[in-house]
Amino acid sequence: MPYTIETLGEDALLLRFGDAIDAAVNARVHVLSQRIERVRPPWLRDLVPAYASLALFVDADAFDCTLEPLDEARRWLQQQAFTADDAGVAGRFVEIPVSYGGEHGPDLAALATHAGLAEDDVIARHCAIEYRVAMLGFSPGFPYLLGLDPRLAMPRLDTPRTHVPAGSVGIGGAQTGIYPQAGPGGWRIIGRTTLGLFDPLHDPPTLLAPGDRVRFIAA
Amino acid sequence: MNVHVLSPGLLSSIQDTGRHGFRHLGVGSAGVMDAYSHAIANLLVGNPVGAPVLEITMAGPRLRIQRTARIALCGADIVARCDGRDLAGWRTIDLPAGSELTIGHCRRGARAYLAVAGGFTLSPLLGSSSTDLRGGFGGCAGRALASGDVLSVGHSTIDADAIRIASWWIDPAPDLDFGSPAIIRMLPGHDATSPPDAVFAREWRVSVASNRQGLRLEGDAVRPANACERVSEPVAAGTVQLPPDGRPIVLLADAQTHGGYPRIGHAIVADRPRLAQLRPGDALRFVPCTTQQARRLHCEQRQRLARIAFAIGTRLRT
Repeated sequence: MPYTIETLGEDALLLRFGDAIDAAVNARVHVLSQRIERVRPPWLRDLVPAYASLALFVDADAFDCTLEPLDEARRWLQQQAFTADDAGVAGRFVEIPVSYGGEHGPDLAALATHAGLAEDDVIARHCAIEYRVAMLGFSPGFPYLLGLDPRLAMPRLDTPRTHVPAGSVGIGGAQTGIYPQAGPGGWRIIGRTTLGLFDPLHDPPTLLAPGDRVRFIAA
Repeated sequence: MNVHVLSPGLLSSIQDTGRHGFRHLGVGSAGVMDAYSHAIANLLVGNPVGAPVLEITMAGPRLRIQRTARIALCGADIVARCDGRDLAGWRTIDLPAGSELTIGHCRRGARAYLAVAGGFTLSPLLGSSSTDLRGGFGGCAGRALASGDVLSVGHSTIDADAIRIASWWIDPAPDLDFGSPAIIRMLPGHDATSPPDAVFAREWRVSVASNRQGLRLEGDAVRPANACERVSEPVAAGTVQLPPDGRPIVLLADAQTHGGYPRIGHAIVADRPRLAQLRPGDALRFVPCTTQQARRLHCEQRQRLARIAFAIGTRLRT
């Protein structure tokens, strides 16, 4: 078995594939997530991928009181005989135009200095990678992207900013992501996109979904 | 029918049973903190149990109610007055048109639920009328109530030319008892503490930094058995996290979808109403629990609620 099953409280199972940020491990999470999604049972409330784990939230009230919902979920999972092999999931491909530097990317200069690169090289390297949406979290629609050029990694700000504008593209440690809403944030902001990442009136409400592939385009 | 907000209170927001099916997009559930009081408030006014209500925190709003309305206040023991009369909680109350309802401070508990017959009518977003205060959407403009807000209420056939307070009420014990310390039953989490019973061996106090996202606890620090860094994983309401300062955080209705701190346990669903009613300075003790016990306690609570629903239905029809 490429994963172990734990409980997350009394109404969720947590399938654990590993304990590190790793593109191959994350790819297995998305494979299994999509296989479950295709045969989604009515009692499955939420199916939540993360870097190296996948949670199945169960509607406990959908089960009679004589049954243990998590035992039932576990049994269902075993009956499906799911595997999480490396057969890749394509995911949608989304291009995100970014205006780098200047007032839109106040930390671009500091990041270039930290990396020992010219600002244009930072932009070129940030745009050179096809990233994978490992998961969405932190706030509605916030994508954690896998694949950042290690040269661009930089620790978060010691003191988070109290206001980061919506659409800000940031780097936090070895990760890159986009702030869907204005709010506080500690990542290094290198640019901004005008694309909306979260709109509760839209179906689907987020621009990106777990497993999607993303490329930044310098606008 | 409209309800006009004359003053908003400390933190009043529209909530229902929460938003489900969007956690994979980073959208948490929000929803009422105390689902038991929420359900009974709705039952007392003849609404569906999951209808949106006003969740009131610590100190309540002043409201003008345009037409005749049937209301109920459940949850915290809260001061409420209308036209010089004290309004008791856990009862069906009819108010005449134009009433000014003044909700004061919580005497015991932290959150009260105001249900109005017909229910607050909003366009649900992502399947729920709940206010997502962190995401800034849902409920009333994605935020807590403000003076001047106008809340629309669905149709109701109640008729009253004077305040009418039912002579019977619902006793929320044992699901809500305001006992001290609050006893919260906890399932094991992924991460052990050192020593293993450390979190159970102390009494905790609720910090003022607590909110709808989580209850932050104060007390002697607890260490995780393994302090190495963790990759972000799904978390949920009830998850008990242990940040580096050694003071647990019990995640609640506005829990984020993912978290990276060690997870030392999960507060059980049946004790969530009790957690919702804790206020800064209140004492709390954790008691270990098994999944089987948690299930039994949840089902017993559900059965008590079903009996209460039946009793209220019978009373309201007579």
